[in-house]
Amino acid sequence: MSHGRGFSVARLWAIVVKEFIQMRRDRVTFAMMIGIPIIQLVLFSYAINSDPRHLSAAVLVADHGPQGRTILSALRNSTYFQFVRQVETEAEAHAALARGEVQFLINIPENFTRELLRGDRPTLLVEADATDPGATGGPLGALPSILNSALQNDAKGPLEYLVSADSPIDLRIHAKYNPEAITQYTIVPGLLGVVLTMTMVMITALAITRERESGTMENLLSMPTRPLEVMIGKILPYILVGYIQMGLILAASHLLFQVPMVGSLWLLMGVTLVFIAASLAVGVTFSTLAQNQRQAMQMTLFFFLPSILLSGFMFPFRGMPPWAQAIGEILPLTHFLRLVRGILLKGNGIEEVIHQLWQIALFGVVVLTIAVFRYRRTLD
Amino acid sequence: MSEELAIDVRGMTKRFGKHTAVDHVDLQVRKGEVCGFLGPNGSGKTTFIRMLCGLLRADEGSGQCLGHDVIKDSETIKRQVGYMTQKFSFWEDLTIEENLDFVARMYSLKNRRATVRQSLERLGLTARKDQLAGQLSGGWKQRLALAACLIHEPLLLLLDEPTAGVDPIARRDFWKEIHQLAGQGLTFLIATHYMDEAERCHRLAFIANSKLLTQGTVAEVIENSHLTTWAVDGPDLLQLAETLQALPGVEQAVPFGSILHISGPDQAALERAIAPFRTSHYRWKQVPSGLEDVFIHLMEKPRETVST
Ligand SMILES: Nc1ncnc2c1ncn2[C@@H]1O[C@H](COP(=O)(O)OP(=O)(O)O)[C@@H](O)[C@H]1O
Ligand SMILES: [Mg+2]
Repeated sequence: MSHGRGFSVARLWAIVVKEFIQMRRDRVTFAMMIGIPIIQLVLFSYAINSDPRHLSAAVLVADHGPQGRTILSALRNSTYFQFVRQVETEAEAHAALARGEVQFLINIPENFTRELLRGDRPTLLVEADATDPGATGGPLGALPSILNSALQNDAKGPLEYLVSADSPIDLRIHAKYNPEAITQYTIVPGLLGVVLTMTMVMITALAITRERESGTMENLLSMPTRPLEVMIGKILPYILVGYIQMGLILAASHLLFQVPMVGSLWLLMGVTLVFIAASLAVGVTFSTLAQNQRQAMQMTLFFFLPSILLSGFMFPFRGMPPWAQAIGEILPLTHFLRLVRGILLKGNGIEEVIHQLWQIALFGVVVLTIAVFRYRRTLD
Repeated sequence: MSEELAIDVRGMTKRFGKHTAVDHVDLQVRKGEVCGFLGPNGSGKTTFIRMLCGLLRADEGSGQCLGHDVIKDSETIKRQVGYMTQKFSFWEDLTIEENLDFVARMYSLKNRRATVRQSLERLGLTARKDQLAGQLSGGWKQRLALAACLIHEPLLLLLDEPTAGVDPIARRDFWKEIHQLAGQGLTFLIATHYMDEAERCHRLAFIANSKLLTQGTVAEVIENSHLTTWAVDGPDLLQLAETLQALPGVEQAVPFGSILHISGPDQAALERAIAPFRTSHYRWKQVPSGLEDVFIHLMEKPRETVST
């Protein structure tokens, strides 16, 4: 009877084993854990399009003539673009694009005005982060007409001759990362986050409230086990489930939709672990707040809906109103979507990843703190 | 003396908001004793038992359970107590064996497999060990629960209405088992509604409306109630029961098969009340009060004192 009163790995393992047996016996839930990714994959691989505005753009201006300015203000007036940064070098510009700080890069090269006036059709380079083609498609399509009408206004009088040419400038668009603008490229990796959010939060929320509702919690509490053993014991098995879901989705997106995987799979697995842990923490917290399984289910939906609507999964993030973006920034799914798209499509490495990752981790820590405060060792 | 007491608590009190579920209850149970814990539904039995094993924090009260402080040492007490919940609380989607194995792991038992096997054998569960707990009938569920709360060899067993929904044969076997274990030195506190079970206990404690009303052996409890009971046999007993019930001095008039038990706390008043009916139509006989008469008497008493 003198066994340690501290944390016991043996008891933790006992809970893990029990959870696995119960998981195996609960065919419906098990089928759901496998079925949800597949069903969602089919449902969401349709394109979801919209017409976003005020997308963030950086400008790299090497020519300070009046025509350059005309073009920039025309772009701004079109309301498609919002210039959030002025960059000095191409390296800086590309870093901002890779990190997702801006979605567009407008590059006005040296001697732009001079070449334009000479009728030499200078190059105007627009680079776009097309990992989210729903967001970039509209603005890119509208670009030629915006530019033409801007120059026509400008070209009254002595510059009239410019208009007669087909187009006075040579507009070049580089849709980076997803050049063919295939929406499945965005949707499918995004689904990974959506499916994990849904199942991880729901299953842990239910797993603990179920113990309370069926009365087995009273039994568990009457045994010499620590709260942390119960919590971790409940979480561990579902991390494995999360990885199985991840494997399913990645395999499907690769085999069915030929989604490229540019970045490191190991990095993706590491990032996913943080995200799964944060989602499970949300589930555990719900289970300490909910009185019964029905409430746990409702709380899960309450969390899931904003996650799916405001994270940039459904609607292009930059196209949402500021208040919605502010809420979105709090949600782990928002950051996870950026991470998955960044790693899979852009080949982002640890440096680009860390900025989003700590925000997910912070969310998880805050939520878990609530859970530990709420978990009671007694029945009162 | 206190060495001999497995449970020795005083003033145990638990409040849920404004409602006091257990109100200053004292209880002493000797080692090796089987103590019956009686009381109507909602009287606070479950709440009291939960306080003993540390599942609920007592608002007031002090004392010892197996020599450990009942308030401060609840973690130590947990390891030496077997608690059988009122509602079946094992995992219905685990088999009998898996449930026992889980409990054995929770208590970090050495020779876990052997212990589980012995436990299955002793309670006759071996043939059913692969059956899911949720598919068992009431009697088998109760056996599983008993096996599980015995597996870590506790010194004290707290059983909360263990035989509710169990058939008479299973109940008899169950009580045989309990007396065997008590013979080996285990102490029992058993909440129950059944009078025949109460009569099998060494000691009884009555609780009603959150308060302990009496405790002692069966004989002491009956003696202390000062209840007089007459049995009557004759025609139209239901009518007679209704008439008598209304008279002063008569507390209960309860049919027991073909006879009627009339009882009241004041012998003289009772005899005065029944005197007009002691005719040749009826056969009257004074009988010792039964535990059930006493039980109903105790349950009615607090209500009377409130109304007067
Ligand atoms: N967790 C709780 N919260 C609020 N009231 C409770 C709680 N547990 C029990 N009660 C109340 O305390 C009283 C005693 O209940 P209980 O101990 O279950 O009685 P018994 O086991 O004798 O039937 C009842 O009125 C019950 O409603
Ligand atoms: Mg009860």
